[in-house]
Amino acid sequence: MTVFDYTLEQLQAKLHSKEVTVTDLVQASFDRIDEVEDEVKSFLTLNKEQALEKAKQLDENMPEKTNPLYGIPAGIKDNIVTKGLRTTCASQFLSNFDDPLYDATVMEKLNKEQAVVIGKLNMDEFAMGSTTENSGYYDTRNPWNTDYVPGGSSGGSAASVAAGEVFYSLGSDTGGSIRQPASFCGVVGLKPTYGLVSRFGLVAFASSLDQIGPLTRTVEDNAYVLQAIAGHDNMDSTSANVDVPNYHDALKDGVKGLKIAVPKEYLSSQEGIQPEVREKVEAALEVFKSLGATVDEVSLPHSKYAVAAYYLLASSEASANLARFDGIRYGQRAENAENLIDLFKKSRSEGFGDEVKRRIMLGTFALSSGYYDAYYKKAQQVRTLIKQDFDKVFEDYDVIIGPTSPTPAYKIGEKIDDPLTMYADDVLTIPVNLAGVPGMSLPCGFSKDNHLPIGLQIIAKHFDEKTIYRAAYAYEQATEHHKERPNLGGAK
Amino acid sequence: MTDISKDQVRHVAHLARLAVSEEEVDRMTKQLGDIIHYAELLNELDTTGVEPTTHVLDLKNVMRKDEPRKWITREDALKNAPDQKDGQFKVPTILE
Repeated sequence: MTVFDYTLEQLQAKLHSKEVTVTDLVQASFDRIDEVEDEVKSFLTLNKEQALEKAKQLDENMPEKTNPLYGIPAGIKDNIVTKGLRTTCASQFLSNFDDPLYDATVMEKLNKEQAVVIGKLNMDEFAMGSTTENSGYYDTRNPWNTDYVPGGSSGGSAASVAAGEVFYSLGSDTGGSIRQPASFCGVVGLKPTYGLVSRFGLVAFASSLDQIGPLTRTVEDNAYVLQAIAGHDNMDSTSANVDVPNYHDALKDGVKGLKIAVPKEYLSSQEGIQPEVREKVEAALEVFKSLGATVDEVSLPHSKYAVAAYYLLASSEASANLARFDGIRYGQRAENAENLIDLFKKSRSEGFGDEVKRRIMLGTFALSSGYYDAYYKKAQQVRTLIKQDFDKVFEDYDVIIGPTSPTPAYKIGEKIDDPLTMYADDVLTIPVNLAGVPGMSLPCGFSKDNHLPIGLQIIAKHFDEKTIYRAAYAYEQATEHHKERPNLGGAK
Repeated sequence: MTDISKDQVRHVAHLARLAVSEEEVDRMTKQLGDIIHYAELLNELDTTGVEPTTHVLDLKNVMRKDEPRKWITREDALKNAPDQKDGQFKVPTILE
């Protein structure tokens, strides 16, 4: 057992009993990084000197009562702006963006909790991708088997937690980018309701879909991290002005009488759901039944249109959001530009990778004169139909449960040359973003052949994260999957 | 079914301020064409009278008070600039 096997609550107890210090925890993070980072490559930038300095201060000034994140080492996805700490979005365009001027709101909140930032985590460039192979720097590898992808776009966020390099991380989820890597790496990842967590300082990909959320080892830890980052923010005009409940209080309420809906589309081989994934989800549903929940089959009839609608909408928003990267105020700047337009074109073409260019092109096309109604507006209308599917099911049910991803992790290089097939794999996570509802992935078993994690997805109505935590905690406590660790770098 | 031509790809690249090589034009013509064909799946659905969703929350015109407040200094703003002169961002000549 290592310190990474303890929950946030247990760690706080150990800090107070002086069994460990914050410095021990931070040092343990960097030791583990030294041990396994060559294999996993979760990080783009490390924050060692500042993290150890902060640990020392926190040890010297430890108050009698601490909150759950006090002194706990965390990793941050590299599209979340960190003051004075390099922020690249895994893009070569921002390779020299070494000195960001402000902290994202979530960083201000973590700083207030006295969290310790260990470093910035690898991702698909500007969060566009499902494997972290679109990073402008290097691939991150799945800690359970380093020949396999960790998922994406928050691949570094999931891999660093699974590998025991940090105790928790923040990711972002636009079409599944927290939940799918959480599923592939066997950790707990939550995409909150759109508007619950401020997007101020999250480098925008698709503003109507993006949300920041926590990745953790356990459901309880996840609830604590969400508690710290949720809440209204004047700096984000799409931030919801709602009361944030106490998520931890909901954990132990149990699932007796909980009404679970299982969409038939989410277990259908037509959507490419592998039989093994289906079996694990069905086994999980049996666990819920044994705990007193009821399970019914329902339909989300517009599911099969979600991927097409998403790629039009997300790419359209991305094409507008990424217009800010002009080579003038920060980031990549081409040499030898003849004029201003030439400077924009050359700087952007040098700095962006293929997938980012592809999506900017798709979005620009969908928004261009003559195509707007046929593609962009049509996709927005389909979005309405998808949202209504969810509204209808939630009239009668508390949660929707299904797989997170149709398959476990696949091999590095297996799908990267076929964008359309890779997009289609997001079929189970994308509808959740389009509807704006919260969704979590948590481990529900392992594949037989390669022992790769399989994720269960729990979805609830807007701002009902409490019910997700309640269901997830009950399931987690009744099973053992979350206790398994990848065999990496010798120490288990 | 809409096919995308190479000229359209060049035009869209210009709108998006991306420089594309001929090899990229070939590749993107194929890839964007495939994605657009796939997206035409949406035409199966009759969406007559369906309101488009631009945003999932019922928020309208979120305003704050128009008051000056402290933000970054000029020096800070220029800190990450690739090129600058006399306290300003430097760009290539716009007017001859």
